[in-house]
Parts: sequence; structure tokens; C-alpha cells
Amino acid sequence: MRLSRIHSNPVLDFYTADLATSLELPLFATGVSAGFPSPAEDYVEIALDLNRELVKHPAATFYARVKGSSMIDAGIEDGDLLVIDKVLDAKDGDIAVCFLDGEFTVKRLSVRDDGVYLVPANAEFKLIRITEENEFLVWGIVAFVIHKPR
Amino acid sequence: MFALVDCNNFYASCERVFNPALRDRAVVVLSNNDGCIIARSEEAKVLGIKMGTPVFKCRDLLRRHKVAVFSSNYPLYGDMSSRVMMTLAALAPDIELYSIDEAFLDMSSFGRFDLVKYAHDIRRTVRKCTGIPVCVGMAPTKTLAKIANRLAKKNPVYQGVCLLDRAELIASALAMTKVEDVWGIGRQLSKLLNARNINTAADLAAAPVPWVRKNLHITGAKIQAELNGTSCLPLEQVRAVKQSICTSRSFGKSVTALDELQRAVATFASKCAVKLRKEGSVASMLTLFIGTSPFDDQQARYWGTKTISLQYPTQDTMTLIRAAQLVLDLLFRGGYAYKKAGVVVSELSPIALAGRTLSLFADEALADSEQSKTLMQIMDGINERYGRGAVRLASENSVGWKPNQDRLSPYYTTRWSDIISVKG
Repeated sequence: MRLSRIHSNPVLDFYTADLATSLELPLFATGVSAGFPSPAEDYVEIALDLNRELVKHPAATFYARVKGSSMIDAGIEDGDLLVIDKVLDAKDGDIAVCFLDGEFTVKRLSVRDDGVYLVPANAEFKLIRITEENEFLVWGIVAFVIHKPR
Repeated sequence: MFALVDCNNFYASCERVFNPALRDRAVVVLSNNDGCIIARSEEAKVLGIKMGTPVFKCRDLLRRHKVAVFSSNYPLYGDMSSRVMMTLAALAPDIELYSIDEAFLDMSSFGRFDLVKYAHDIRRTVRKCTGIPVCVGMAPTKTLAKIANRLAKKNPVYQGVCLLDRAELIASALAMTKVEDVWGIGRQLSKLLNARNINTAADLAAAPVPWVRKNLHITGAKIQAELNGTSCLPLEQVRAVKQSICTSRSFGKSVTALDELQRAVATFASKCAVKLRKEGSVASMLTLFIGTSPFDDQQARYWGTKTISLQYPTQDTMTLIRAAQLVLDLLFRGGYAYKKAGVVVSELSPIALAGRTLSLFADEALADSEQSKTLMQIMDGINERYGRGAVRLASENSVGWKPNQDRLSPYYTTRWSDIISVKG
């Protein structure tokens, strides 16, 4: 199979596939590693599996639905689906699903000298500073955002 | 060296993962049909709520202390169990799935490591990945690992990890453990033992070997040997004390083809069904696990498990086979040399108590396994000719029967419309 460019703009290139010829290329899910090859690699994958791409740690991956627009400038909109990985360690700048005072909320974590902040990505929403009075927990880190454009 | 990893108050902990506000509140989970209490958080235990208490007997207590009460959400617990087990499988070379919330890990190759430190890592990892708290008991035999786990859970000084490796530690643990709390010693046996003044695990360990062999038979003798530090129960399925039935097998030669695995899994599922009918029980959950040899090269190793909840409690062969095959399709990965597989059915209840009227074919009719097999064969014959469901056990899926589940939490992990909602 060969790709040929059919249209191009400054941001995106559009291709069409030329299906006249075919060449089977093995796609190894386990990546390249030294040592003995896995017997599983004898089986060339026959399709792309979105699960394997989006879910790096299946045992620790959970999903959530977004309600609200406080993260709109970070590309997270009302109705979007979040892929949450609980294995990842929370660090400054991560977008996290937190449990704050009785409800789940998604915000960007900001670790500053005077404490932890939850930063919205929408000018209409206020910055939240976490104090000892808050019931607060980082529940998981947002690994992917799935957005339906229409 | 074996480690027994046991989830703390598993069902209550599952509810808490998706409802962190319940972190310090008393939580209880009710049986099928909201009948009685089958799981309690620590706070609920402190209130004096006993396992198995019918709800109507403690309604006031529950209300007075604002206890969070949940109907059993088996799809959620099954999925969370699969997550815990998959996490554990990645942390040890070999794992034996023992019940929905317990697994034995083979730690024999971990001699060079600081076992206590590693056990704390196991706790931390499972907690981080799944949100479920666990305790770890480690000892040279499985029976002792059970006792170690019990201590880890009961006594806060252990901080969730107890290693019984030295003789004096084992001796004091045995002296602290009542004989009825020893793995495999049921209430019946402990009565017999108490009558002979054998009251603790230490007493049983020290009892005359011939007497134990004569009165407690080979199983008792093995338990005694295990208490004395001789491992006689290797990492394989033994009938769980908790309500579950397991059929599993290590394959003589490795299996690579899906259809071959399907046949094996169907056999295991139907054996489970026969055992269920034999004891007049129905199961609410089914677990399947498949695995390659733990001795294979890391790349060639795969271990998968999944627990699903059955639509209604059942003992039907075909239903269990279908469920097992469905899970197999999800777990199977081509290219691996599978060495073992097994089916576990759990959350058993007596058919008469499963929330419905008595089965048409009650215990006595099904007591004999040959007879029940014939019955199933006849039923399957009729169903084949006249279509599925033409005849079925009165116990299953009678139209219109729906369990009472007033306080069911969402199916957070198995249904898209039920996933958690987060404020954006």
C-alpha cells in the first residue's frame, strides 16, 4: 500500500491510500527489545487496537464523563470521555480527576510554594486553593481525552 | 515461601473507591435480594454489626449510625477483583487465584529480597492501581500464610504485612490462633478438636500425628504438617473456605489453540455446574483464568483473569459454559503456550435461599451427580430440539423474577452510562 498526498494546508496533510499493491508489515505490540523474541510476535497483528493505544495499564484504567466547561481551553469539553490512569504519579501540571468536597472534578494540578492549586482552563472559573479544610484526593491522572467533534 | 494477599472488606472497599466520601463512614453490603449483611467496613464491624445479620434485624442500628448501605453490585466487584488479580499477577512469578478477593503468590524465588519491604510494595501498588486496600501474610506454607494474613489484618501493629519466617514467630502465632480459625478446619471439626482439648493452632500442631491422621484423615494430617512448617499444599487450587468452587488443571502439554482452550474451559465450567447441583447451590459470579508457565521467559509469559457476574444466580451447565467462553474470548491472546486454566464460581447461595421459591428439582433429586448429569442431558436434548429455554430448572431466570436491589450503586466499570461523572 502506498500513500499519496491529495490535499495540503498549513496544518494538515491529507492522504489517500493506493491499494493497488500490498506489502504486509508486521506491527509489534511489544515494541523492540533485545533478547529472545516473544512467540506472540509470530502472530502479525491484523488490526490496530485502540484499547492497547489508549490503555497502557488496563488494571488501573477507569473512565469518566465530563460535565461542565471549566477545562475548555485544555481541550476538555462537556460530554467528553476521560481515560484515567491511576498508576501515574501526580505531578505539577498534570490534568487530574480529583475528589473535592464530595464530588469528582477535573482540573490541572499546580504545586506552588504555598500549597496545591486546582487550575481551571476557562477564564470564567476561579482558581481553587486546597486547604486543610477541604476533603481532597487525587483520584487519577487523565491519560487521554476522547472528544466527539460533532 | 508463600504470600496470601487478601483484600480488606472487599465489597465495601469497592463501593468506597467510587465514593471516596465514604472513606471514614461505616459501609455495609447486602446479599442478593437485599436479605442480609455480607460485607462490612471496619467502622461497621466496630458498631457490632455481624456478618450474615438479616437487614430487618439491624435496620435501626443502620439508621442511627448513618451506615451507608449497598445492594450487592456483582458486576462491579467482579471487575475490581479482576483488576486486583491482574495487578498481583504482575508482581510475582506465579499466582493462585483463591477466591474473589484472595490470591496466593509464590515467593520462593524472592529469597534475596527483603520480603516485608516487598509486601509493602505489593500493598502500595494494588492500592494505587485499584484503590483497594489489601493485607499480606507470608510464611513457608499456605496454611501458615493464612494465619499470617489473619494477624496482619487483625493487629494494627503489623501495618498490613505479617511475615512468619522464624520458629519463635510461628510458635507464638499458632498459640494466638484458635483452632477453628485454621484454614480447612470447619466448625464441625473444631468441635471434635475442642472436645479433645485441642483449642489453638499450636495444640493441633502438637497433637499426636496418628490420632490426627485417624480422626481428621489425610486433609487434617496435611494441615497439621503445614502448621509445623512442612509445605504439602502446593500452589494449586484447593477448595476455598469462602463460598466458591474451582475447577482447574495444569495441562500436560501446553495448549496454543483457542478451540482447545475452549474445550478445556467448557469442561471446567460444566464440572463446576455439577458440583453446584450436587450441593444444591447457585452461583452469582464466574471467574476464568488462563496462564502460561511461570518458568517461561518473561516475554512469553501471560496470565489473564476476569470475573464476571452472572445475570441471575445459576447452576445451569450451559449458562456457565457460555459465560466462561465469553470471558475466554476476552482473555485469550494468540501465540502463547498456555499451561493452565481454571474456572471459579463464587458467591454461592443455597438454591432455596436464592431469593425465589424452591427449585422443582430440590436437593434430593440432584444429590447424585450421575442423576443430575442425566437430567441435564435430557434437558439439553429437549432444548436442542425445541429451542433454548424450552425447559429449564425452575431455579433460573423465571420470567418476572427480579432481585430486590434498592440500594444498588452504578455499574461504574462495566456500563458506559454508569461511569463516574466529573465536574469540568
